[in-house]
Amino acid sequence: MNLHSEPIRLLAFLVGIIAFAALNAAYLVWLERKVAGHVQRRIGPKEVGPFGLLQPLVDGIKLMTKQVLIPDNIDPILFRLAPPLLLIPAVMSFVTIPFSETLVARDINLGLLMIFAFASINVLGILLGGWGSNNKYAVIAAARGVSQNVAYEIPMLITVITMVMITHTLNLNEIVRQQGGGIFNWYIFRWSANPLMLISFLIFFTCSLAETNRAPFDLGEAESELVAGYHTEYSGMGFGIFFMGEYANIVIGCSLATILFLGGWQCPFGLWPGVHWFLIKLYILIFTVILIRWTFPRTTIYGLLNLSWKVLIPFALFNLILTGAMIKIWPMIFP
Amino acid sequence: MSVLASSDCKETFVLNLGPQHPATHGVLRVKLTMDGEYIRHAEPVLGYIHRMHEKMGENRTWAQFMPNTGRLDYLSALSYNHGYVLAVERAAGIAVPERAEYIRVITVELNRISSHLVWFGAFILDLGGFTPLLYAFDDREIILDLLQAVTGSRLTYCYFRFGGVYNDIEPDFITGTLAFIKRLRERMPMYHNLVTKNIILIKRLKDIGFVPAEMCRKYGATGPVLRGAGVGYDVRRAEPYSVYPELDFDIPTYPEGDCMARYMVRLDEIEQSMRIIEQACAKLPDGPVMAEKAPKIIKPAKGDYYAAVEAARGSFGVRLVSDGTTTPYRLKLRSPSYSNLSLFGEASRGMLLPDALALMGSLDLVIPEIDR
Repeated sequence: MNLHSEPIRLLAFLVGIIAFAALNAAYLVWLERKVAGHVQRRIGPKEVGPFGLLQPLVDGIKLMTKQVLIPDNIDPILFRLAPPLLLIPAVMSFVTIPFSETLVARDINLGLLMIFAFASINVLGILLGGWGSNNKYAVIAAARGVSQNVAYEIPMLITVITMVMITHTLNLNEIVRQQGGGIFNWYIFRWSANPLMLISFLIFFTCSLAETNRAPFDLGEAESELVAGYHTEYSGMGFGIFFMGEYANIVIGCSLATILFLGGWQCPFGLWPGVHWFLIKLYILIFTVILIRWTFPRTTIYGLLNLSWKVLIPFALFNLILTGAMIKIWPMIFP
Repeated sequence: MSVLASSDCKETFVLNLGPQHPATHGVLRVKLTMDGEYIRHAEPVLGYIHRMHEKMGENRTWAQFMPNTGRLDYLSALSYNHGYVLAVERAAGIAVPERAEYIRVITVELNRISSHLVWFGAFILDLGGFTPLLYAFDDREIILDLLQAVTGSRLTYCYFRFGGVYNDIEPDFITGTLAFIKRLRERMPMYHNLVTKNIILIKRLKDIGFVPAEMCRKYGATGPVLRGAGVGYDVRRAEPYSVYPELDFDIPTYPEGDCMARYMVRLDEIEQSMRIIEQACAKLPDGPVMAEKAPKIIKPAKGDYYAAVEAARGSFGVRLVSDGTTTPYRLKLRSPSYSNLSLFGEASRGMLLPDALALMGSLDLVIPEIDR
């Protein structure tokens, strides 16, 4: 049997990606609870298995065995369609993520574009879930979620365009390859391309927090205002899928930040590049995301939109123009 | 306020906030008429846990009503004990030994700190910050342990008696209290660094939820809400009772009248309560903790009596009408949260939902006390 035949390769990556997404969702919940516990001077889950490591398994069983309550007067199609619409694009985005130079499901030239195409779909899941639930809190949350996602997609995309102008490619693996040879070749420290690279990274990171509805931007599910936001009416696995989608989106957002700015699978000192470096960087970023959630209070929706339209977008645009100018003018001065 | 809030949009909807909602901290229901996320009209609906405490008072002896007072405001039960005891002592003319008065002040102020700590945590939780709640509860736990050693209970205290307190405190309690104050003094700067100076928190509280002094006067709001509007009214100073005139403390006031002002008032009150406790512990005299001549069966002379104390949420008043028998003829409780909630409808008009919830949190409502 030829292990490199196309159907087997396809199957292997399909199983691998789904397993990676599901395991991440499960164990990021565990990590989140553990980190929250230690931030709050508690222990966190500890009863099920050593260090509570079996907790996600038990939680999953609980979610799957729970009755799926479907309220009256909902839109039956949209209500059922929403959770997969949130999860599937997130899982699909893993297809082009290069975990290492060779470990990538599909090394296509438009990888970056594809991820953003899929990332724009998941907002539809939020909108339909909120709209289909026939619940006022869910509708408010859906409206918030959409305006938030639209507002933050713009500075994020402008920053990504800046990156593409510098890298000249949409191929994620190629972007990582350009960052080889030590920490100062990572784009976050590539001052010669654009002196504001660090701020580009911060804009990108902030936007990915907002895109994934994470605290302090978790306005779509602000539980002290909107009960549970757009998934108020979902129970059992319907809620579970929303949850998995959310964590998959966090992983995607942090993966992109790693690939674009932190050198992906490249090693900081130029030795032994590989999947381990990608995972280390990825989980450091995810850990930061979790830490932010348990440290900051929530912003308000208008504070959030003001931040995007009045601060991030003008700055991202300035950054874009500056980068363009650098690309054109730099070679003229130093040919 | 934005253009939207003042626009003539006819399309509104009614949002039922509660009776089960994470932000109302109990069974409060607020009927909100919303224009998008702007509040056009807010109407608090009460009565979900009405337990007829006032009517109960008319069917029990004066002493039998004592436990009820601890179940009004479960977060600062001792203040409510104190208010009732004070009214009955005034009616029956019972003198309280000085040691008992000091013990009352120490325990009440400890209870006030624990109440403010719970409010602090829950309020930040309303704003979406999860962690400070656990930090505040960490400190509160010590207070509960201290008070448990003295009163025997952790939440719904029934410690005061007509003419004194139930039992004397032990030297351990004083050392424990002073150690706790030392600890909290060290932790207050941490709270300010972690929470008060947080840019998101400042943006959410500053210039949000104005409750001016005039509005407080209209609805009878007292306590930190009134002091956050710049009026330095505190029953402990305005109508002194117990041994408060002998103790040196300030009344923190902030003139802004926004959520931040009320937040700062409460945090400053924690500091002032610590000062009071320290002084009271230093001045604590020896002697009995129960008046020797206190009658076993209370029969106040015919008449109308009133006493008020400064509870954690404002002025708590007890009006007693006695017909000279062993049970009250009429017992009226004036609870501060009821008045503080009443202004919510007017103060929240035209606000955004999240800001209105910050306002509601800053009023520090305890629902069992509103419904009584």
